[in-house]
Amino acid sequence: MNMKPNQIARRWFMEQCGVGLGAMALGHLCGVKGLASDNPLAPKQPHFAPKAKNIIFLFMAGAPSHLEMFDYKPQLAKFDGTLPPADLLKGYRAAFINPNSKLLGPKFKFAKYGQSGAELSELLPHLAKVVDDISIVKSMTTDAFNHAPGQILMNTGSQLFGRPSMGSWVTYGLGSESQDLPAFVVTSSGKKGPSGGNSCWGSGFLPTVYQGVQFRGSGDPVLYLSNPPGVDNELQRNSLDSIKKLNQMRLDVTGDPEIATRINSFEMAFRMQTSAPELMDLAKEPKHILEMYGAEPGKPSFANNCLMARRLVERGVRYVQLFHEAWDQHGNLVKDIKQNCIDTDQACAALVQDLKQRGMLKDTLVVWGGEFGRTPMVQGGNDGRDHHPNAFTMWMAGGGIKPGITLGETDELGFNVVKDKVHVHDLHATILQLLGFDHKKLTYRFQGRDFRLTDVHGNVVPQLLA
Amino acid sequence: MQRTFFRTTALGLALFGNLQAQTDFTKDVQPIFAKSCYGCHGAKKQMGGLRLDSKTLAFAGGQSGKSIQPANAAESTLYQRVAGIGDQARMPMGGKLDAEQIATIRKWIDQGAAWPDGAGTEVTAIKKHWAFIPPQRPAAPAVSNPRWVVNPIDSFILARLDKEGLQPSPEADRVTLLRRVSLDLIGLPPTIAEVDAFVKDKSKHAYEKQVDRLLQSPHYGERWGRHWLDAARYADSDGYEKDKIRQVWAYRDWVIKAFNRDLPYSQFVIEQLAGDLLPNPTQDQRVATGFLRNSMINEEGGVDPEQFRMEAMFDRIDAIGKSVLGVTIQCAQCHNHKFDPLTQEEYYKIFAFLNNSHEANIPVYTPDEQRMRSDLFRRIKEIESDVQHRSPDWQTRMAAWEAQVKTGQPEWTVLKPAVDDISNGGQKYIPAKDGSMLAQGYAPTKHRVKMTVKTDVQNITAFQLELLNDPNLPMGGPGRSLKGTGALTEFEVEAASADAPEKITKIKFSKATADINLPETVLDPMFNDKTDKRRVTGPIEFAIDGKDETAWGIDAGPGLRNQPRKAVFTAETPISNPKGTILIFYLKQNHGGWNSDDNQNHNLGRMRLSLTTAANAEADPLPKNVREMLSIPADQRTQAQTQSVFAYWRTTVPEWKEANTTIAGLWKQHPEGSVQLVMQAREDPRETHILTRGDFLQPAKQVNPGVPSFLNPLPVDAPVNRLTFARWLVDRQAPTTARALVNRMWQNYFGIGLVSTSEDLGKQSEAPSHPEVLDWLAVEFMERGWSMKAVHRLIVTSATYKQSSKVIPDLYTRDPYNRLLARGPRFRVEAEIVRDIALSASGLLNPKVGGPSVNPPAPEFLFLPPSSYGPKVWIESKGDERYRRALYTFRYRSIPYPMLQTFDAPNGDISCVRRSRSNTPLQALTTLNEPMFLESARALALRTLLEGGKNDEQRIAYAVRRCLSRKPTASETAELTNLLTKETQHFEGSNTKPWELATADPAKPPALPKGTTPAQLAGWTAVSRVLLNLDETITKE
Repeated sequence: MNMKPNQIARRWFMEQCGVGLGAMALGHLCGVKGLASDNPLAPKQPHFAPKAKNIIFLFMAGAPSHLEMFDYKPQLAKFDGTLPPADLLKGYRAAFINPNSKLLGPKFKFAKYGQSGAELSELLPHLAKVVDDISIVKSMTTDAFNHAPGQILMNTGSQLFGRPSMGSWVTYGLGSESQDLPAFVVTSSGKKGPSGGNSCWGSGFLPTVYQGVQFRGSGDPVLYLSNPPGVDNELQRNSLDSIKKLNQMRLDVTGDPEIATRINSFEMAFRMQTSAPELMDLAKEPKHILEMYGAEPGKPSFANNCLMARRLVERGVRYVQLFHEAWDQHGNLVKDIKQNCIDTDQACAALVQDLKQRGMLKDTLVVWGGEFGRTPMVQGGNDGRDHHPNAFTMWMAGGGIKPGITLGETDELGFNVVKDKVHVHDLHATILQLLGFDHKKLTYRFQGRDFRLTDVHGNVVPQLLA
Repeated sequence: MQRTFFRTTALGLALFGNLQAQTDFTKDVQPIFAKSCYGCHGAKKQMGGLRLDSKTLAFAGGQSGKSIQPANAAESTLYQRVAGIGDQARMPMGGKLDAEQIATIRKWIDQGAAWPDGAGTEVTAIKKHWAFIPPQRPAAPAVSNPRWVVNPIDSFILARLDKEGLQPSPEADRVTLLRRVSLDLIGLPPTIAEVDAFVKDKSKHAYEKQVDRLLQSPHYGERWGRHWLDAARYADSDGYEKDKIRQVWAYRDWVIKAFNRDLPYSQFVIEQLAGDLLPNPTQDQRVATGFLRNSMINEEGGVDPEQFRMEAMFDRIDAIGKSVLGVTIQCAQCHNHKFDPLTQEEYYKIFAFLNNSHEANIPVYTPDEQRMRSDLFRRIKEIESDVQHRSPDWQTRMAAWEAQVKTGQPEWTVLKPAVDDISNGGQKYIPAKDGSMLAQGYAPTKHRVKMTVKTDVQNITAFQLELLNDPNLPMGGPGRSLKGTGALTEFEVEAASADAPEKITKIKFSKATADINLPETVLDPMFNDKTDKRRVTGPIEFAIDGKDETAWGIDAGPGLRNQPRKAVFTAETPISNPKGTILIFYLKQNHGGWNSDDNQNHNLGRMRLSLTTAANAEADPLPKNVREMLSIPADQRTQAQTQSVFAYWRTTVPEWKEANTTIAGLWKQHPEGSVQLVMQAREDPRETHILTRGDFLQPAKQVNPGVPSFLNPLPVDAPVNRLTFARWLVDRQAPTTARALVNRMWQNYFGIGLVSTSEDLGKQSEAPSHPEVLDWLAVEFMERGWSMKAVHRLIVTSATYKQSSKVIPDLYTRDPYNRLLARGPRFRVEAEIVRDIALSASGLLNPKVGGPSVNPPAPEFLFLPPSSYGPKVWIESKGDERYRRALYTFRYRSIPYPMLQTFDAPNGDISCVRRSRSNTPLQALTTLNEPMFLESARALALRTLLEGGKNDEQRIAYAVRRCLSRKPTASETAELTNLLTKETQHFEGSNTKPWELATADPAKPPALPKGTTPAQLAGWTAVSRVLLNLDETITKE
């Protein structure tokens, strides 16, 4: 095989359809050794046929109270104002309160909904309408009870910073199906940003191409997407044409295929300049869809982000994660959680419903939940709860999840899980399973060790699989 | 449940099944080993140091001890592990033996573990992994073309190419070479003048001269210091949720300076790990220990500070493992290392070396400030000497004063109250043995902490609140604000008889006294709480005036504020309760700012409460240290001690008012300085325990400091402390230290290390591509006094390095990663240098070295919720400061600077010794559209018009050379001319706004060179923008 540099380059150019081979020599997926020619974002097949092709994770940062929303505890109401049993607190650490604080009864009414008869509080009237499409897990448990470590654990499988996020693991495993949008997109809404910061969607020790890209609900959806002042589309196109020609000339001289990748990156950037604003233009949605979500074009909100999540998935984005940080009700529980549910309930339900009516729910997994739960004990006067890692609730829908079930139980106070415990690692194992991965085999060699999202833990939860 | 079930079953079968028959090792046992164990405990791998295919080694056992105890299966770890008995992981990993196999093994051991000689391999020792044997200098091999060889690196490289039947590439042309070596050594491209000078220089050592020039440049330290800063996980904020600003740039500057003065790497490591323990450590040596303190700090509400101190400890060991040892050690935090011979106990022995330090925060001063300080102290001393000179009897008078103040101090009974969990606002009050409490963790800006204690003391007349220093407070405290100050808004006490705790009376105070009473001062803007109230600090009366706006303040100004203070509160009527008294203290601290997520607290840092029964108790006006010195007889005091006593006493002497006023005025000139997080040894050592599964709540066996047995031993006679540990790391016999560093240097030149897994040279690492180069460089490095510059010189002057980087088609297919080095390296430069090149090409670059981090333009929303957790400060730098090199860009861990993150800069959460190198559309968007790149394009355009030559062809050549160093080809010139013409014509048209593209503020356009038009400048801006976006511009060729 005797080729001139420019021939090699051309061949490269043909083979390369996406982004960077910079992250070379790094592919250890499924034992296939990476070649320099590997585009790290080329679409890949998982270990077995997936149930879910996409995932939308509605991350409720700050930790919503399971006791006010999902996990009805009449006994907690009965024992309101009394101290919890002493042996329940043995070895228990709380973030702010003395664990030996009085119990606080649930603040809202519960009822059963749908054919499945799932129990939900009055805070969730919209979710109640799609309750037969979702699967509620009341038996979640985690290891951390401070926000940043808890969020990092939920998002990366470790309380220690520096590990890849679930979204980056999935992107590493599946690659990208979108030619003009990133494979892993993140949005933020609510009162604050997530406590875990950028590391919640970071790539850790995985190549940086796998990290999440933040999209914003107003202004430029992606940083530096718009042409700078004085540059119109024609000048941008002319400039890109020149850049391409000059890069091509250099490619012919040096033969370095990395230049071909650079040419592609610029072309994809240009495409993104058109596709991302189009994606963000919610005004294009019919009125009834906007109303269904409660979305208002141009006014950033969680509802807008939910609608955008659907649009992203439609355009081939694999992993969409919405951060909504608003749930840390140490005080003002009643007022704040009510408002949070007004802000989110309708859009969450609409997302499930909308995906379903478009036939997308079957291969799109929706996950809802925060980093931990809240104490059955009161914090402050009578209107707040502290952080609680032992038990909390999440729900999932679509993408191979068995619909209309409620899994797991907590004790009479909602303090500990007593049946079908699902640890964060088990949740991760299950999500990977739905995406077609054996969580034990989706590994990456770093520091002489094969790392995985679930580290040395995790069991798939079979009851959740359809 | 399931586990117990299996265990019982296995045991049951072992006990009752198949009892009588004699087992045959080769027939019954060895096949089990071969099928299920050899994979990890055979010829290829010896996990846990155990090998089961050799009789000698199987009986020798592994890290967990003897695996086979003949005739005693129950005590044999081999049996225990396959049967799932005990805490250790059950073997084989990933699949259990069946009950019958387990029974067979048990029976075989119980029957005496007969292993016929000759069964299995004859190996009698486990081969030591190459990286754990200290490097020896290999002899340079014979090569096909000795004339190509500049130094032994080339011999090794060429010998390998010879073997592969390959040829090295020709040397790169001079322009390419100078640009390559400039980018490599200083991270900046050469100027046109530098290129011209080098091309013209016909002397024999023209290239070596350039290398010397570059190694002497102050930018060398910036370039190579940045690599170390990745490993040192440097960032300007705390990380976690609050991610507050921290001041640690003094450490960053220390690193840069250390590289520039070529501080031997051994000393470089020693100072970073234990500079504070060196004899009479300098400020710099203390600052160096910031390396260990670059760990993240979690001060979100409700944290247990000890938990996150432990996380920081794990992080430190991880950083040492990656950056110095080049061995993965953090696995052993939870269990014995599976692949390398490191036990969990050994991990905690290393841990023990580091566990005896304060998380200290000290003031630091720049060289200028240090000069100001010594000048100031000299002048104060002169005035004091002058006073003494003019009053020859001062010693007698001082003795008389001493006699007078020495006695009469009331006796104080220290209280150890319980702190109410809700009232603390999330701040933890950590009690110490002396009864003091240290405020740690979350720092609310407003809270009123409640403390309760029962006492049997009768006739209580007054309470004392002492504010104490602590190394763990900002600048040593005694407060928790950034400057180590605090403010007491209100001091309140309630009392109740112990037998009637509900009947609470509020104690009224007749007076309050303090050893510092400052005039009323309006709060510093850093404590702005967004209210209209006039909030002030002032004398101690402000703490009992019932007003929320006033507080007792202790900020005596720079150089004087970080001292212990005390206040005494006298009860109107003495307190007595025959059954004892319950005292409830409220320390209201409401003088912080509006944002608890930022550094706006104004809390007390370390405090102690006590009570007295003495009548007329008042706060001792003498400073704590002076009071302590008085107990030393005058003739036994050091001169410094005498001077300290004098320095206080003179302030009480009315006739010296003028001198005192002058000195007080001088103190006002004391520099503010900045702070640095450092290590500081504790006097009261901590015990270190093995932590079960790395959980700090599960301490197990206590361990003493020590080092892993597979590495070099500790020196015999040295004290067992952090300093000795640091010296051990850089011992000549340390097998991995030098290799790890030279391997990373190689990686930074050639894009990939000799060992590609540069963070880990252990057994799981990839085999080195050229083991001899690695060892030769490591030995050279050590023998040349650990001089990093010496290694750089060896590498960049080698023929290997100087090869052209053009891709050879055949070779590419064969060696896509260029591991064989038949050509030179060609890679996109690192994130920081991508920006530095744009700034340098445009002429905007401000080459200033060091100083506080800067804030170049960034999108505002990033630093505000809901993008950021809390609102963060990002005040855009003005003037030259925005054009500083990218390594000075302020680094928030939770909100990485977007341009740097997009180009793969790590955010400093953890140690990073190998960056990713991606090539993405987001990078293209950044160089096309980010404001600093546009500013650079505009500046390059203007400069080109001003200086680029007489005609467009010359100007194009000039602009190209500023970006690429080389001259453009004819076709490149044609393409650029075409673009220039097209865009200039476009902007000459009506309805266009050339200034909008060509300048930041069209209302104030820059002066144009004579005869040029705004349209031309706009056209040139378009051309410059294209040049700054070329692959080659941001690539080292």
